[in-house]
Amino acid sequence: MKTKRSLKRKLILSAVLAGILILIAIFSEVLAPNDPYQTNAAMIRKAPSAMYWFGTDNLGRCVFSRVLYGAKTTIFATFLLVAISFVIGTLIGMLCGYYGGIVDEALMRLADLTLAFPQMVVAIAVAGMLGGGLVGAMIALGITMWTTFARLARSHTRTVKQEPYITAAKLSGKSGCYIILRHILPNILEPVLISALTQIGTTMIGISGLSFLGLGVVAPQAEWGSMISEARAYIQIAPWAVLFPAGATIVTIIVFNYLGDALVEYRNHP
Amino acid sequence: MKKQIAKRVLELLLLLLILSLLTFALMYIAPGDPAEKRLSSQGVAVTKEVLQAERERMGLLRPFFVRYWEWLCGILHGDFGVSFKDDMPVAPKLWAGLHNTVILATGSLLLSLIISIPFGIFAAVKKNSIFDHVVRLLSFVGNSLPNFLISVLLMYVFCIKFDLFPIIAAGNLQGLLLPALSLAIPMTAKFTRQIRTEVSTQLSEDYVAGLRLRRVKERYVLFCNVFHNSLGHIFTIIALQIGTLMAGSVVIETIFRWPGIGKLVMDSINARDYPVIMGFVLIMGTIYVGINFISDLVNRIIDPRVEV
Repeated sequence: MKTKRSLKRKLILSAVLAGILILIAIFSEVLAPNDPYQTNAAMIRKAPSAMYWFGTDNLGRCVFSRVLYGAKTTIFATFLLVAISFVIGTLIGMLCGYYGGIVDEALMRLADLTLAFPQMVVAIAVAGMLGGGLVGAMIALGITMWTTFARLARSHTRTVKQEPYITAAKLSGKSGCYIILRHILPNILEPVLISALTQIGTTMIGISGLSFLGLGVVAPQAEWGSMISEARAYIQIAPWAVLFPAGATIVTIIVFNYLGDALVEYRNHP
Repeated sequence: MKKQIAKRVLELLLLLLILSLLTFALMYIAPGDPAEKRLSSQGVAVTKEVLQAERERMGLLRPFFVRYWEWLCGILHGDFGVSFKDDMPVAPKLWAGLHNTVILATGSLLLSLIISIPFGIFAAVKKNSIFDHVVRLLSFVGNSLPNFLISVLLMYVFCIKFDLFPIIAAGNLQGLLLPALSLAIPMTAKFTRQIRTEVSTQLSEDYVAGLRLRRVKERYVLFCNVFHNSLGHIFTIIALQIGTLMAGSVVIETIFRWPGIGKLVMDSINARDYPVIMGFVLIMGTIYVGINFISDLVNRIIDPRVEV
């Protein structure tokens, strides 16, 4: 059986790795040796070299710099989407759990409804209807995503609501809004936040998948999914233009999934 | 029991009705109006008069629910409307695509079950052994791989490096293998993980200890009791994976040019051919809802204590 200490070590290791990736994404402009959008007709599909670490693509752009810039796009789009869904979902969940009533009933039915349909199929259709673009892809994924957080926040709110200190706060005349933000939120935050962290890997798969299909990030902007999709056409001649962004995607998703797993394991350990 | 099932069927019908309403509403979230899209997808120069005439012809000036009702009645008669692109009925295209997709999906599902059931069971039996650790590591990595990446990598290795398969999937078994494998890998990872957890939970139950005390053969306990008890769970996880499988098939079919419904819908998205997209969502949603319903029923048959 694993001890709490070894789980803690695993958690710290994964957090450090995730931290490094986030730092790379933040400082991608500083780290990138070349301009990722600078095309160069003389350097088309060149193999990796000292100048271009990951080689160049179809338009002579530096793949290494594009992978770095892509980290920014992919990681931040994912974080933003998870954060927005988290905030909206938690707010709705707390309001529903605290006040109950007909609005609660309606919103929760709606949330159940999204469970009944295949999420990514809906996302592909919605993103397709919206006509591509990163915002469209994020809306398409967000439509179903908030419900996970709302459901979780609601069930925890209903438990916390029974506690004596909530009754005490009510008796001392605090408003519902105050109680929700001051007393309920801090008490339900942890489980919902953990659930948000475990969603990062899946969300990243979703966003890069939509970009790969051409329903996410639009052409010149660097994003891993769309880079792979573009470079796939000439994989025979310049495999590096596919393999490096592919490797970056795999590593990033693995690190964030590992972080989520480590966190859940650490939390559930007695 | 009958009453329960009747209730579930009613719920199912209601769900399908809502699904159809949402699908029809999809048309409205798209920027611009359908008449304009239809004209532009056919390459007609759009003027105000042409647009107005087109709106009239498509019946767009009538109320939402009247049009929804007509659309729904059409679908109940198997008519999914006509394509914006070539004015041909959409239904035959959808069914032909679905046929190919079902072949692909079934193939990959079988492939991943053949791998994940024995691996999951043995990893649970030999818990914390090297085998278990390797299986867990592989399933963790497999779970983190987006299927578009897997298919591109498989294509690179098998079609280009070793030249074993054609890049464009022909409609035969050889052409089926790579797309099915790309779909199966992440699915196998999930299945193995869940089967392992389920079997190991079952193994720590009291009844297993009881059977062991009675000197029932370990193999008998494993395959007759534990596996039987895990079966319901396995059906549920399969049913839950169907949605991922559907979305995955869109990606894989596009990459390998497998002529399924997923490739059809991607082509239609690029051509702004909305009736096909709506038909796709409706069909996929119906299958998903239906399969979940069936999986509940199967669970009920395997284990009569389960409430439907």
